[in-house]
Amino acid sequence: MSFTLLIVQTLNGLQFGVLLFLIAAGLTLVFGVMDFINLAHGVQYMLGAYLAVMFYALTGNFLIALIAALAAALLLGLLLEFTVFRHLYDRDHLEQVIATFGIILFLNQGVKVVWGAAPLSLPIPDMFSGTIVLSPGILYPVWRLMIIGSGLAVALLLYLLVSRTRVGMLVRAGATHARIVSALGVDIRRLFMIVFGFGTMLAAFAGVMIAPILSVEPGMGDSVLILAFVVIVIGGIGSMRGAFIAALLIGLVDTLGRSFAIDILRLVMPPSPARTVGPAIASMLIYVLMALVLYFRPAGLFPAKGR
Amino acid sequence: MSLSVTALPRARNYEALPIAIFLVLALAPLAASFGAETYLLGLFTRVMIYGIAALALDFICGYGGLVSFGHAAFVGIGAYTAGIFSAHGITDMAITLPVALIVSALFAWLTGTVCLRTKSVYFIMITLAFGQMIYFVAGSLSPYGGDDGMTLKLRSTLFGFPVLQNDRALYYAVLAFLLVSYLLLRAIVSSRFGRVFRGARDNPTRMATIGYDVFRYQRVAYVIAGCLGGLAGFLLANATEFVSPSFMSWQRSGELIIMVLFGGIGTLHGAIVGAAAFLLLEDMLGGITENWKLIFGPMLVLIVLFARGGLLGLAQSVWERLRRG
Amino acid sequence: MNKLLSSVAAIALIGAAGAAQAQEKLKIGVVTTLSGPAAVLGQQLRNGLQLAIKDNGGKLGGREVELFVQDDELKPDVAVSKAKALIDRDKVDFVVGPIFSNILVAIMKPVTESGAFLISPNAGTSNFAGKDCNPNFFVTSYQNDQNHEVMGKYAQDAGLKKVFIMAPNYPAGKDSLAGFKRFYKGEVADEVYVPLGQLDYSAELSKIAASGSDAVFVFLPGGMGVNFVKQFRQAGLADKVKFLSAFTVDESTLPAQKEAALGFFGGANWAPDLNNAQNKKFVAAYEAEYNGAIPATYAFQAYDAGLLIDGALKATGGKTDNKDALRAALAKAPFTSLRGAFKFNTNHYPIQDFYQVKVVQVGDKFATSIDKKVFSDYADPHVKDCAMK
Repeated sequence: MSFTLLIVQTLNGLQFGVLLFLIAAGLTLVFGVMDFINLAHGVQYMLGAYLAVMFYALTGNFLIALIAALAAALLLGLLLEFTVFRHLYDRDHLEQVIATFGIILFLNQGVKVVWGAAPLSLPIPDMFSGTIVLSPGILYPVWRLMIIGSGLAVALLLYLLVSRTRVGMLVRAGATHARIVSALGVDIRRLFMIVFGFGTMLAAFAGVMIAPILSVEPGMGDSVLILAFVVIVIGGIGSMRGAFIAALLIGLVDTLGRSFAIDILRLVMPPSPARTVGPAIASMLIYVLMALVLYFRPAGLFPAKGR
Repeated sequence: MSLSVTALPRARNYEALPIAIFLVLALAPLAASFGAETYLLGLFTRVMIYGIAALALDFICGYGGLVSFGHAAFVGIGAYTAGIFSAHGITDMAITLPVALIVSALFAWLTGTVCLRTKSVYFIMITLAFGQMIYFVAGSLSPYGGDDGMTLKLRSTLFGFPVLQNDRALYYAVLAFLLVSYLLLRAIVSSRFGRVFRGARDNPTRMATIGYDVFRYQRVAYVIAGCLGGLAGFLLANATEFVSPSFMSWQRSGELIIMVLFGGIGTLHGAIVGAAAFLLLEDMLGGITENWKLIFGPMLVLIVLFARGGLLGLAQSVWERLRRG
Repeated sequence: MNKLLSSVAAIALIGAAGAAQAQEKLKIGVVTTLSGPAAVLGQQLRNGLQLAIKDNGGKLGGREVELFVQDDELKPDVAVSKAKALIDRDKVDFVVGPIFSNILVAIMKPVTESGAFLISPNAGTSNFAGKDCNPNFFVTSYQNDQNHEVMGKYAQDAGLKKVFIMAPNYPAGKDSLAGFKRFYKGEVADEVYVPLGQLDYSAELSKIAASGSDAVFVFLPGGMGVNFVKQFRQAGLADKVKFLSAFTVDESTLPAQKEAALGFFGGANWAPDLNNAQNKKFVAAYEAEYNGAIPATYAFQAYDAGLLIDGALKATGGKTDNKDALRAALAKAPFTSLRGAFKFNTNHYPIQDFYQVKVVQVGDKFATSIDKKVFSDYADPHVKDCAMK
């Protein structure tokens, strides 16, 4: 367990955290402003990845594929909003959960019918395909640094949008006092559509960025969705700042836990049981973290005021 | 942001439906004996087992507003208790069933103490967290098959007699457990305890002001639901003769919620209808096409959009429309 | 004379056809994974069996075949329910499947206790090879440990000094690394178990780089392998560290791994380019039938399962009611396997050759290719614990 290894693992944790943030940001926006639990957020991430693969196959250019995938994901998202989600905003959470779960089933199976069950892949754009030398013998892929960079850029952009623009102001107000905002004559339906479309694009962006690293396959959004929920709950629902901090926290805890759990356990028990118990504990860590946070702060780290 | 759960209006002639449900379940084996008996018995046994788990969830969810996204954990605990005992050659229900219930109750008491501090979505997520933890624990039990799960050598016995060995006997035993669970929960719901519990769903502050310790009532209810979940798991292990961590995955918890909503939340017998509808649809649609989820997914959406109160709600409104002519 | 002969032949043909028509259809159930990310493996299984039936003119052992395909959804209790449906409702004589070991463990009891034969074209756990071996259970693939042992033997023979080994944290993963270490006696840099279904290997890759190993050995089936191979290449390790694997680079994952897997090694009992006429015909037919997809071992082993049923039924005259006769016929493995030499051991697991295979490019597609034979007529070691003789 050398110092360099710790640095590398921290970078890995950051990269995972940033990815989680991209997904969780959209989720917490939609949840915070519209009080809408959108389980289908994970399949929107999956759709982003699939669309990018498709457009890349057509054009052979990553940037065009990225833009086209975002546009197409937005269109599909708005189509879903228009046909289904719009009718769910005033329903209770349970009904939203079931309906959006139905959408998950449909779209997971749908991509399998359209693109086949076999995993697909998207190549890394040539410009970013190399590795950089962190220290002699330790390489780090440039693309992962790109993910960290673009994620931080999106976080900054979001911060500016939310804190400096009129829509951002409405979003902040809507997260705490949705009724009053609507009573003040704001077209809440349009605001919802903008917020929803934006959240969809964030999820799709995460999907496109991760596609060169992970295999693109049906159901790839399901496990990420659960983690994204963990993030927004730890952060406090509706809080962008909370989502950002919680995402990095989860990313670091999960990655560092996976890399060092066994080594730490070996200090207190023989290697063989440590190897068996270690991975189980590492998988559990984030849930333990969530339970602990909620025990001491039942509304997350940064509870939105007025709730 | 309170989690308001729309319970069905307590309707008048509601006694007929539960009686009909149990009559159908009691007579189903006769019908099954004309067809593929073991398979149909097995399918309906599974329906009733998930019915017990869904009942318990409906109790805390529909009457108490406590939406647990980790209810499958209790099913898993019950199943693993049966499995682990069986791996050590102990199959007598007189020992294993009480232990299964006690372990589930303990887990419910411990996690309930933590979970019930939170509300609404936070409650959903913290129950998920505990569900996931116990899921990973089960997956790491390598002496008991780890992620692969393990086969039970024998179904449970009672005082040394293999009372559940026959599929039909198992069926009726499960039916009896379902009936007892149902009657028990009905009695609880209409008791003073149940009224406080329901009151705590609608307005916890008022109940606290009147002088009730809401937290303790909710915890007792959570423990009862956990126990019944454990019972369902114990029976599931006996029915499939197999236990596996997948019994307690979050997807299973989600499916239980769907069952409750599918049938009609806050009615108890709706949960049984929901479990039956879910499992039978899964089985039937799966036989038609491997892409059955393309049909099932939109069905869920349509039920939510157009059939408030689940299948029972739908049936009720159709019935009333017919009566009015 | 000629005329007479042909008319005799015609009568014989009509007679045979009549007899076949009089017979009931042969019912075969399939339990395989068709939903979720692992569906691609389950589809290969189903396709392979269907192709075997098609190549036999829709018949096995002279009887028309009715196939009942069930999706186990990778949930053991669902699989049990579906297996019971196949036995009781559809009255099948054979169940072919499944892909995954945990499903096999779950459906073994309901299928074999009913008297039907369970033929596994993939999963072959050690318990069913040894102490829990079952007279109604036949395996056309391998014992799960064997492909890993191939790689262990190869690493040992190649004189690799330090190997980093990794597998998912579940029973098959542990069997895998144990199998590798059974033959590899050099230094193990680290032995890592990752959660099943892990997608990002950044943490492990950093460890591999830091360990200074000559080679990695991994068992990461399906999507896990796709991710690991891509990330391994991206991390710049492919030029420095030899890549040994089992079930990680094969024709089910190569369409996604592509160039990233080029030159990587695997252990297998077969490869699409295995040189015999029957196999060439199979690969060509499979590609023609299923949109140009190259078959993986899952497909070929399911094809062999079809041939096994065909051969055994021919030996019993198409009859399935005498289970003992049918069992004896199956145990003789009366068919020519696509892999060439094949026979069943007393535990009904195969005795066969194993190869080290290497990923190559074929036209614009990628496939594994036989590199070197590692074991000849190799039997699994668990057979000594099996009571069947």
